Amino acid sequence: MTRGSRKSWQYFGLGLAWFYLLLWPLLGIRDGELHFAATFAVWLRVAVGATICFVLYRLGKAGRLDGVLHPLAAARDAVGDAMSRAPRWMLLTPVIVFALAYPMLTNRYAQDVAINVLVYICLGLGLNVVVGLCGLLDLGYIAFYGVGAYTYALLSVHYSVPFWVCLPICAVFAAVAGCFIGYPTLRMRGDYLAIVTLGFGEIVRIVINNWMALTGGPNGILGIKSPGIYIPHFVDGSFSFEYLLLRKLEYLYYVILALAAFTIVAVHRINFSRIGRAFEAIREDETAAELMGVDTFRFKLLAYALGAVFGGLAGAFFAARMRFVSPESFTFIESAMVLAMVVLGGMGSIPGVILGALALVALPEAFREFELYRMLAFGGAMAVMMLVRPAGLWPAARMGKRSDDTE
Amino acid sequence: MDYFFQQLINGLTLGGVYALVALGYTMVYGIIQLINFAHGEIFAAGGYLGVILLSYMASQGLMDSHPWFGLAFALILAMGYCAMLAMAVEKVAYKPLRQSSRLSVLLSALGMSIFLQNGLMLTQGVYDKAYPTEFTHGGFEWLGVRVSYMQIGILAVTALLLVLLNTLVFKTRIGKAMRATAQDKVMSALVGIHSDKVISTTFAIGAALAAAAGIMVGLYYGSVRYDMGFVPGIKAFAAAVLGGIGNITGAMIGGLIIGMVEILAAAYIPAGGEYKDVFAFVILIGVLYFMPTGIMGENVDDTRV
Repeated sequence: MTRGSRKSWQYFGLGLAWFYLLLWPLLGIRDGELHFAATFAVWLRVAVGATICFVLYRLGKAGRLDGVLHPLAAARDAVGDAMSRAPRWMLLTPVIVFALAYPMLTNRYAQDVAINVLVYICLGLGLNVVVGLCGLLDLGYIAFYGVGAYTYALLSVHYSVPFWVCLPICAVFAAVAGCFIGYPTLRMRGDYLAIVTLGFGEIVRIVINNWMALTGGPNGILGIKSPGIYIPHFVDGSFSFEYLLLRKLEYLYYVILALAAFTIVAVHRINFSRIGRAFEAIREDETAAELMGVDTFRFKLLAYALGAVFGGLAGAFFAARMRFVSPESFTFIESAMVLAMVVLGGMGSIPGVILGALALVALPEAFREFELYRMLAFGGAMAVMMLVRPAGLWPAARMGKRSDDTE
Repeated sequence: MDYFFQQLINGLTLGGVYALVALGYTMVYGIIQLINFAHGEIFAAGGYLGVILLSYMASQGLMDSHPWFGLAFALILAMGYCAMLAMAVEKVAYKPLRQSSRLSVLLSALGMSIFLQNGLMLTQGVYDKAYPTEFTHGGFEWLGVRVSYMQIGILAVTALLLVLLNTLVFKTRIGKAMRATAQDKVMSALVGIHSDKVISTTFAIGAALAAAAGIMVGLYYGSVRYDMGFVPGIKAFAAAVLGGIGNITGAMIGGLIIGMVEILAAAYIPAGGEYKDVFAFVILIGVLYFMPTGIMGENVDDTRV
């Protein structure tokens, strides 16, 4: 045992003792009695888990696990290499076929989860335009989702406008809201921007919650119509269109799949366009971008509006699918959740965001018995990710070389 | 006019609490340029520690015989607990990220905030926890204005803590080290200031103040909730920005202003009660837009505005 390792073990022990001290008052003082067993049980579980992780970490650092880790890393590199060399259609086709066949293979519950994942993919990709491409940290993104949802809800309930007509209207409303929020805030940078967008997000929620006459306040809006389509109908040789409300889950699945596909293609196209390059320039160095002739204010506003559009579309679908909206769906924690998807997956990376949405929405469903611990694990994972893999699970591929890249 | 003074007293009480929380934000921001999202949760943890300790002491009969001693004891223990908690959070989530981008640290702070909030929920339950408030009843009437002993207590403790903090920051060695580190981390390290220790201390002091605020809010409103830290946290941050972020005196003034505005707006603007949370956000946005340096702030570099 070297001196360095003894020191790190001492720190580890100190950390565990510290953790017990912090945990005990919360669990150990109840009903006017002092308890120790309950705290100890929780603490022991955490301590054992942490010790195992720590031992593995130390062994990895000391090079004892190289026999396992090196082949693993080699295998990962080989797979990555093969993937990058295969033509893109070979990778995309199975995914598309699977996505299209999904409702036939699965039950209602799995479809429900898939719809949720797809909604969050739309949201994540929308936020990705703002945070990942343009580098503007937005903590109030869910406000646009709310604007989209309430726009469709109100138009559907009061004027019975059909879903498909509402989609562009919702997008426009969300974009206007994006500009409205963006205009005063975009002069700020970094964490001032983050806190101001958070403030705006909260303002939108509070207004929705309190404007009883328009939004019904905390009671929400009931009776929103599902999306409908006209299908050709042949009866006795005569030809007519029949109006069909898409209430069944598998139909809704295809609607959101189409919406998600639209979002993916759109974000991909934005990413590789002149606008996308301007966004990336702003993200990397705003002052330099401005010097190079990028109209930073206009492009930042555009990023905001574009992100808001995708949020608004997802919101409209959310309202149509739930057939009920209430302010509870648009809290800060949802914003944090969407942001976590973008960050976890890899900022600016489309497959990364999809992976992030899968990880944060589908994975908790697999561990349903630990439902209570979901947000705890989610918060912890966010902090841990920043420590071990700040670029995300599937970092965005950078185009070209930069001056600060090492060879 | 009585009504106005009544609201003024209420606003002063609330503003004092915001000022205490805002100090934690402003000190941490001043020293490592981080919006410590977990600070609101530490405030909530302080409130919970207060209710746990006070209920325990009440069940042991201590609160009947020595109520003031019990309150002070709970206050000090909760402050110590939260200082430990904040130091642990800093060591785990912020210190390893000292060299990474600001965004990483901010997201780590957000993650810690969610983690702590849910930790509180899991250990203490989702429902409101009622404070034992039998010993804080009573008050007096003076020129038609009702002042409860609780309000006097809050104002007194707030004033005491603010004076102590001022002495600590401006009159002691560690305070001097804190100010030096906030000004220039590299230079202060060169003259022998252990910046990691100073940063830890800053977190501890800010958390202790937040814990005191948490207990007082719990006593004042009679209950605590696991998510009580979020909105006051944002408002306190607004107060810190209003006063000029990084500036201790500014945070105190900003807290008082935000508290006053919230109470007076709720009292005088029609439907202001429902929208009272909006005012702090509007002030925050307005200040950042028109006056990003705040009331007492110095220059702001181009990474923020």
